[in-house]
Amino acid sequence: MNAGKHDSFINSIMRRLQENWRTVVIIIPFIWLLMFFLFPFFIVAKISLAEIKIASPPFTKMVDWSDGGIMTVRIVFDNFLYIINDSLYVDTYFNSVKIASTATIISLLLGYPIAYGIVRSGPIAKPILLFMVILPFWTSFLLRVYAWMGLLADQGTINNLLISLGFINEPIRMLYTEFAVYIGIVYTYMPFMILPLYANMEKLDGSLNEAAADLGSKPINTFFKVTLPLTMPGVIAGSLLVFIPATGEYVIPDLLGGGNVQMIGRVLFNEFSRNTDWPVASAVAIAMLFLLVLPIIIFQYYQGKAAEDK
Amino acid sequence: MYGKRSRFLTIMLTIGMAFFYIPMILLVVYSFNYSKLVPVWGGWSTRWYKVLFESEEVWAAVNISLKIALVNATFATILGMLAALSMVRFGKFRGRTLFGGMLVAPLVMPEVITGLSLLVMFITLKQLFGWPENRGFVTITIAHITFSMAYVAVTIQARLTGMGQSLEEAASDLGAKPFKVLTAITIPRLTPALISGWLLAFTLSLDDLVIASFVSGPGANTLPVLIFSRIRLGLRPDINALATIIILVVAVCIAVAALIMFRQQKRDLLDQKLAEQER
Amino acid sequence: MEDGLILDSAISQNGKKNKPFVQIRGLTKKFGEITAVDNIDLDIYQGELFCLLGGSGCGKSTLLRMLAGFEFPESGTISIDGIDMSQVPAYERPTNMMFQSYALFPHMTVGENIAFGLQQDKISKTEISDRVNDILKLVELEGYIKRRPQQLSGGQMQRVALARALVKKPKLLLLDEPLAALDKKLRKQTQFELANIQEQVGVTFIVVTHDQEEAMTLSSRMAVMDMGKFKQIGTPTEIYEFPESRFVADFIGSANIFEGKVINSKAGHVTVSTDVGELIVNYGQSVSEGKNIWIGIRPEKIHLSKTITKKLDGNHIKGVVEEIGYLGETSIYKVRLENGQIIDVSAPNQSRPMNQARGITWEDVVYLSWEPESAMLLNS
Repeated sequence: MNAGKHDSFINSIMRRLQENWRTVVIIIPFIWLLMFFLFPFFIVAKISLAEIKIASPPFTKMVDWSDGGIMTVRIVFDNFLYIINDSLYVDTYFNSVKIASTATIISLLLGYPIAYGIVRSGPIAKPILLFMVILPFWTSFLLRVYAWMGLLADQGTINNLLISLGFINEPIRMLYTEFAVYIGIVYTYMPFMILPLYANMEKLDGSLNEAAADLGSKPINTFFKVTLPLTMPGVIAGSLLVFIPATGEYVIPDLLGGGNVQMIGRVLFNEFSRNTDWPVASAVAIAMLFLLVLPIIIFQYYQGKAAEDK
Repeated sequence: MYGKRSRFLTIMLTIGMAFFYIPMILLVVYSFNYSKLVPVWGGWSTRWYKVLFESEEVWAAVNISLKIALVNATFATILGMLAALSMVRFGKFRGRTLFGGMLVAPLVMPEVITGLSLLVMFITLKQLFGWPENRGFVTITIAHITFSMAYVAVTIQARLTGMGQSLEEAASDLGAKPFKVLTAITIPRLTPALISGWLLAFTLSLDDLVIASFVSGPGANTLPVLIFSRIRLGLRPDINALATIIILVVAVCIAVAALIMFRQQKRDLLDQKLAEQER
Repeated sequence: MEDGLILDSAISQNGKKNKPFVQIRGLTKKFGEITAVDNIDLDIYQGELFCLLGGSGCGKSTLLRMLAGFEFPESGTISIDGIDMSQVPAYERPTNMMFQSYALFPHMTVGENIAFGLQQDKISKTEISDRVNDILKLVELEGYIKRRPQQLSGGQMQRVALARALVKKPKLLLLDEPLAALDKKLRKQTQFELANIQEQVGVTFIVVTHDQEEAMTLSSRMAVMDMGKFKQIGTPTEIYEFPESRFVADFIGSANIFEGKVINSKAGHVTVSTDVGELIVNYGQSVSEGKNIWIGIRPEKIHLSKTITKKLDGNHIKGVVEEIGYLGETSIYKVRLENGQIIDVSAPNQSRPMNQARGITWEDVVYLSWEPESAMLLNS
């Protein structure tokens, strides 16, 4: 009898689940994201408005009950003022944007013809080339950066080669320079540029190019008047996929730039781990988020539009 | 859109592929270098593989990384699938825009921000509830699931929109209830996307350095954290050996996957030919 | 020899003794192992509406693309208005093309699409806008200049594509399956519109199509293509009434075919011995006796009756009605002959209770008869 009751209880749960399963399906990932993605940002925002304190955790509380039940609310904008007034942070911001945008443009200039070349390849070469673009993505990011350390070092492969060929006598300094950071970003983020471009170009109707030629347009004119405007969604998606993460990049400036290239992600990491100044680190993060919020929104807009087009 | 690849495009493709692969090839070649100085050639040798295999630190890191990657991939695939279904198949619901936004944002969010915010959250939780007591396996796994489920969701969303709804409609026309349609039609058809999503999540987890550095406590070094701490100080031949092994494993896995896909394609082609003959 | 005959008829039809406007000589195009266009010659005259008709993969589209300059021949020449064009790129040719997919630029308005070609010729802005407006009037789309292609119906897109190709006043307009994307009713209506517009502008049209009805309605002359070669070139009537081969007879319309041997060839008459008896065909030339040959007879040319009509000389065959298909204006009778062959006969339904009136129904024994001049003598 008891077992029967138990059964009917399970049945009623199962029935409820059957009726409301859609809600359950939505709610599980929704709550996960609220909890582990959105909620953490609010805490960071909160901490960025606190003061540093030698304790664990090393910051003051925003709402404090300790003073005999009287609630005190402490909000300080010192951290943001500190960031704005310290030329180190401001310069680092501009430097990050400069490096990320330059690297994005280089990736675009290299990636566009590569993507177009793949689209224009034959039915056998096309999947192979596409595969070759995706393959590095599956191997370790860290080790791909490391590979360039070996190439660019003073005693590295490139310098050794140039010296043995007699082009130079002294090694050229390449590792731990901005140049190395550009190479690192372009190298590791290139697939993110090529793939959206490829997806966009692949959808293009080849007869549009022919139509333009037929109407008297020379190939270069056709490129600027027809192909480029129609691949703009791919250009924007690819550029943002490179620019946004590159701006906050930590590993590449650290390994390839050494101490010589200041980027915001690296400053944040150091502020946090070496100086354990959590409020300033949080303020840097919030400021970085402000910088990237517009590109991220644009990216999401295009992502949504691409999904609708399908 | 085939054919007519101009010479310029062919040159760019060649340069691009050389740019992609020469550094990796050199990485592998120098792993067999006897010399302790990586770019100075001292003859062929496998001594750095021996050094690598004898390092307990490395084995411990591999162990924890694989465990995290397995758990992460499984949970991220389930959550990503649920999220993709919600976005593609359930029409409008309250909070859909916010949900969609949270689902795409991790794809582009700088890792330092994600890492920092997760860390402060774990600390806050510990203060409030006393959990998680130590940062390590659990915290890293939660952090990984959060960003890898976004990648999985995108993969599955693309597949869901691509495959259309006619089979689902046929099933419900034949009397299947919506839940039955989901389990009998939609999910089985998603299998290829689920597998590639799982693999993607697995790889992302094995690859992550920054977020793991933030949310891991002392003593819980994942493989990337270990590698990073070593290469920060310069080139090390044992890391070249490790890189070679990783590249080899990835290449073998991908070759197997490609072979399976190729066989499937061949079978499809044969089926097609058979069908044509029947006609 | 046959070429000469057809050229003469074309010239007399157009009333022009000009040199051919488009001259194709020995044109060959290969894709790897496959020969898409196989050593063909063709003359097209100014003001013609010429159709290239054939099944998929017959080479008609490749030929059109070579005329447009998207493909270049392995050997042979194409000259347009006396100038050799075979190696000139598409953007320097005096031809324009209307694409099967229309290939309208999705990021430009109707007006911008049409103006695109004119802008390449460095024409003043006012002239461009005048010409765009004129051509929009011609295709009856005056109010649509600001619309984007996505906001147009299929028929409207088709007219924009036509306008865009015509506005440059090309010497030669190439149309690749111009009506294939339209539904059946619209297609019929548009066929006549297209022919009208061609008459108004006087440009030479070359139309590629797989639809024989479209080719018959549109063209002043047409070519039937198969495996990269022309099977026959002529006016629609010539091709329908006097096909030279089994392929053409069967491809254009339908034909009942009998195989046999020539037993007698007199002036104007050829007698052929077949499975179903001796058949007589009117034919202008003499054919050597004993030759293997085919006779074709179109379903609508066959007379069906329950008794032998003595009026017609020869060509009577007995059969049994197996099936009757009612198509509205006509009915198709499938008649089984004594040798087992099934013959299609079509007859107009002049009175309403058709079967009773005619008195022919299933399982009836009937006699098929036709005039010797209705039958066609076919090679291979």
